[in-house]
Amino acid sequence: MSRVRPGRIVSWTLLFIGGVIMITPIIFMLSTSLKDASQVYDLRVIPAAPTLDNYIEILGDGRFTRWFINSMIVAGIVTISNVFFDSLVGYTLAKFKFRGRYLVFIAILSTLMIPTEMLVLPWYLMASQFGWVDSYWGIMFPGMMTAFGTFLMKQFFEGVPDDFIEAARIDGLNEFTIWWKIAMPLVTPALSALAIFTFLGNWTAFFWPLIVTTSAELYTLPVGLSSFAVEQSIQWEKIMTGASIATLPTLLIFLFLQRYIVRGVMLAGLKG
Amino acid sequence: MSAVTHREAATGGLWSRMSLGQKQVIWAWGFLAVPLLFYVVIRFWPTFQAFYLSVTDWTITKPASFVGLENYKRLVADPLFWQVFRNTFMYLILGTPISLLISFVVAYYLDRVRFMHSFIRALYFLPFLTTAAAMAWVWRWFYQPVPIGVINDILSSFGLPQQPFLRSTTQALPTVLAPAVWAGLGFQIIIFLAGLRAIPATYYEAARIDGLSEWAILRKITIPLLKPTLVFLVVFSSIGFLRIFDQVYNINTNDPGGPLNSTKPLVLMIYQTAFSSYEMGYAASQTVVLFLILLVISLVQLRIMRDR
Repeated sequence: MSRVRPGRIVSWTLLFIGGVIMITPIIFMLSTSLKDASQVYDLRVIPAAPTLDNYIEILGDGRFTRWFINSMIVAGIVTISNVFFDSLVGYTLAKFKFRGRYLVFIAILSTLMIPTEMLVLPWYLMASQFGWVDSYWGIMFPGMMTAFGTFLMKQFFEGVPDDFIEAARIDGLNEFTIWWKIAMPLVTPALSALAIFTFLGNWTAFFWPLIVTTSAELYTLPVGLSSFAVEQSIQWEKIMTGASIATLPTLLIFLFLQRYIVRGVMLAGLKG
Repeated sequence: MSAVTHREAATGGLWSRMSLGQKQVIWAWGFLAVPLLFYVVIRFWPTFQAFYLSVTDWTITKPASFVGLENYKRLVADPLFWQVFRNTFMYLILGTPISLLISFVVAYYLDRVRFMHSFIRALYFLPFLTTAAAMAWVWRWFYQPVPIGVINDILSSFGLPQQPFLRSTTQALPTVLAPAVWAGLGFQIIIFLAGLRAIPATYYEAARIDGLSEWAILRKITIPLLKPTLVFLVVFSSIGFLRIFDQVYNINTNDPGGPLNSTKPLVLMIYQTAFSSYEMGYAASQTVVLFLILLVISLVQLRIMRDR
């Protein structure tokens, strides 16, 4: 045992150094957001004179608040929709016996083969025909349900014992209540994994929101930040502040929910 | 049959006369009604439309008319397309092995670490939660020349030569790739950790009793048993690198995909063809090419998984 120890210490130290390098960009972003323009090129990690002026200026301008709210609304509604519909469909495919079930499952699964980039042009056409360009619905509609989420939830509902559902049926509960009140609480780890993935994916989404929004009012945070950074050009402390505002919410959520998020990623990776 | 004629008069009666199985069928289709409508309108129909658009000359101003394989012929003859095609595969060929190698090594050693395990894991995982569009700007700042750029500042403080990074046609692609690799590592490490933990400890114990070295255990037990995890991660990260866009677009907004198209991936070409040049039909043919590339990769995955 004692011969293994030095190796352990070396590998721990190397892992730790690697980890610190991993978060360096995040640390630099946050630290620069707390500096004024004169300190930007001073590479000290802890600012000599930390200031919240950048945040006050950027948030005071109102656009970031608007983009932040837009992102919250879009990511929030899409997440709720996915948690509801993906698990409803997953449950139906896992627990109901009816002709056509396999066909429906294969049809939904087959959409995983289609990259969103291929659908973007028809979606854009659809959005402009129906007047969905520059609207929340326009940003949200492609992602309201996903085959990945449906597949994930189906896998988990298959693990729910049929006896539970049969017992509820004998008690006279209707099928919707059985799903919502009996089956759903049994798959909460999967639901939280799905919710985390959907929220993160939509919070950071850039490609589709960039296409479907043309007025700054409707930008999501990543699209807004990109346009803001272009206009700031070399004011790096302002750009870093904007980047921090876009990044902090997901980092903070992680600090509180680390256990669930890591478990969720593992669940989704193994079952997905 | 006669029940149908009575339906209006006795809906409740009809429902109560149905067998449990029949009721379940109705519930099932009731649950599926809205989702199926969604999948037909938002997934299947646009898929067919994308194929159709790829054989038209649709632009924003003029309605689509059929042009056969004209777009594909133009694509094959377009030197920019081949440059972009090469770039896209460079992202894949560099990105996938590098990121998988790093994440495997980290996961392999992190798996044995008990002291501050979840803290160290968190350090590696945090970048995965960042917004690519935001972090691209942070990296862009790092890559600037002195006195702005952090990396060149560090190089010069050690007396090392300055690097052009984003300004060089040869360095730009790996430079743009780095933030994408960085952001994906945390996810891959977590998946590898899950895969490593799923290997039964008895296998290792048996191997140690047989006197196998650590290296032999890694080669003969760990890696073969990790094959499903590896295949999943290879496919997942390959698809990610083939679809790279956010980082490339944001790291060089003056000339996205530059300098001289040296960093332009297929998705950026699609975006510019569709929304800068407004050649929707031509862009659609590019999306079909992307689809075909991803399809081949998925089929290869299925094939490998079946061989298992």
